[in-house]
Amino acid sequence: MAKVEKKRALNDKTLREFMREMLLIRRFEEKVEERFRAGDLPGFLHVAIGQEAVAVGVCQAMDDGDTFASTHRAHGHTLARGTSPNAVFAELYGKIEGCSHGYGGSMHLYDVERGNMGANAVIGGGLPAVTGAGLAYKLRDEPRVALAFFGDGSTNIGTFHESLNLAQLWKTKTVFVCENNHWAESTPGWQHSPVWDDMSKRALSYDMYSIKVDGQDVEAVYEAAHEALDYARSGEGPVFVDITTYRMQGHYIGDPQVYRTKEDRESAAAHDPIVRLRERLELSDEEFDALDSEAHEIVEAALVFAQNGTDPQPEDALKNVYA
Amino acid sequence: MPEITYREAVRDALVQAMRENEDVFIMGEDIAEMGGSMGVTQGLLDEFGPERVRNTPISEMAIVGAGIGAAMAGMRPVVEIMYEDFLTLSLEQIVNQAAKHRYMSGGQLKVPLTIRTQGGAGWSPGAQHAQQLEAWLVHIPGLKVAFPSTPEDVRGILWTAIHDDNPVIVFEHRLLYPVKGEVPEQLEPIPLGKARTVREGSDVTVIATGPLVHLSVDAAKAAEDEGISVEVIDPRTLQPLDEDALVASVQKTNRVVVAHEAVTRMGFGAEVAAVLQYKAFDYLDAPIERVGAKFAPLAFAPVMEQFIVPNADDVLAAIKRTVGK
Repeated sequence: MAKVEKKRALNDKTLREFMREMLLIRRFEEKVEERFRAGDLPGFLHVAIGQEAVAVGVCQAMDDGDTFASTHRAHGHTLARGTSPNAVFAELYGKIEGCSHGYGGSMHLYDVERGNMGANAVIGGGLPAVTGAGLAYKLRDEPRVALAFFGDGSTNIGTFHESLNLAQLWKTKTVFVCENNHWAESTPGWQHSPVWDDMSKRALSYDMYSIKVDGQDVEAVYEAAHEALDYARSGEGPVFVDITTYRMQGHYIGDPQVYRTKEDRESAAAHDPIVRLRERLELSDEEFDALDSEAHEIVEAALVFAQNGTDPQPEDALKNVYA
Repeated sequence: MPEITYREAVRDALVQAMRENEDVFIMGEDIAEMGGSMGVTQGLLDEFGPERVRNTPISEMAIVGAGIGAAMAGMRPVVEIMYEDFLTLSLEQIVNQAAKHRYMSGGQLKVPLTIRTQGGAGWSPGAQHAQQLEAWLVHIPGLKVAFPSTPEDVRGILWTAIHDDNPVIVFEHRLLYPVKGEVPEQLEPIPLGKARTVREGSDVTVIATGPLVHLSVDAAKAAEDEGISVEVIDPRTLQPLDEDALVASVQKTNRVVVAHEAVTRMGFGAEVAAVLQYKAFDYLDAPIERVGAKFAPLAFAPVMEQFIVPNADDVLAAIKRTVGK
């Protein structure tokens, strides 16, 4: 395991861009929550409020050509990698203009052009594929990396262990990003894993290089992700990035969180990555409000775009079953 | 035409595909130095090296899943699951991932993955090394499923599977590996979804898969001695299914037996019977007969195993029932 000590000096301009992205995700998620509660959105949804610094830090560190797999909590990753808010919101409304053209929904956001190989609603479901994609990049000697996001809850499923083992064995160009928010749905970390507060121990047992990082510090996440991607890209082998983060909301929208204490929720709220970055940048109220208004406007426009989107024809359901 | 075994035919398809296209590589348990538990991949390591002939850990989810990822990244992996009983371990990856990425992405992705596996009774492997589970996968939209029964078919179909842009599961059968058959000098690709008339006849159609194709031919010859003319059809691909060929045969014979080694209940024959009663109802002169394994796990003791698994006499008895003999 390595600690990131020497930081790349990210200038304020770059960090402001990160703030822009994080605010976009936050306001997007809040709008999603509002529209879901209003009964607008089909299916069920998971928002990543509190985990924005992970999405932005990691996705900003990726290169063009890199690919990734996401999870059921995918809005942030998808937006952070550059998919337009219009296309994401349209997908949540099941419209043709959506990033999966209405075939996927919130838990199956895809944008292959931007390297998004799919958000997966099966816990750990995407981990073997990033191992295989990382193998393909290695076999073809391509300077690309396949990366997987997953939560601490994924570290107990077979695909996790089989993937880490195979990736390390074959030194695939893969990065495993564990977003440890200490919750597997409603089950706290201490109830689901003996190493819940230090997931890098999992990597240790596969002899995999790992990096531990504070997921509420976007700069640190960016540095760690960059280091991990560089390492994997060089062909040295896969990297496990152990990110501690906080889920400020429930597992799904509408989750009453009966399993969670008031203190725990307050503690999560106290680790707001946006507040942290705002302090780091020493933004005045005016500066922050200007960035925030911009995010609100983009989200409002995305909502209008989505609501005015085109419904698929029912029989479109029979397309795309086979290539 | 040269004569080769089913095992050699599988190998030949792999070798030719790997020679032709650098993107084709194989991975699975014990497939490199050992040449596979069935000896199918013998010699491939020497020709193609360890990068393209990859021994894996015993890790079925990762084997299939890594195949999916490599396929989505533009390669054409062929993965081997040593026994189809072990497909159950990788089923999540096959059912939720391989079959659905194209669909869930709204057509953005394709998964050109081939999964080879094998099973089959007749040598007392017991209950966890010989099941016939092909029907499970036919039930999943997004997958293609083939079950070739001869060297020529398996060579041509495996070739096509490797070059198909969809996940294709090719079921092989343990007892078929040593079976010899003529193959064309040059490999001829066989399209998926095309049935083969194994034997023509006019009184009864037997629709059979895998080893039951051969047993049905034996049964057909015995039936002929009793004055019953039997047509045997091998669908070869279970999904897509050549319904037209099956219906056309039934329109001619008016009687049907479906036969496979898998358990009869919810077996592939049930689907064939349903298709035919709907598409050829007016042509049917007798109830459709089904031949398959009895509803029990495969027993170890040879006498019990033989009792469970269908044989040529079972097919013959079913043929005779359709003509009221």
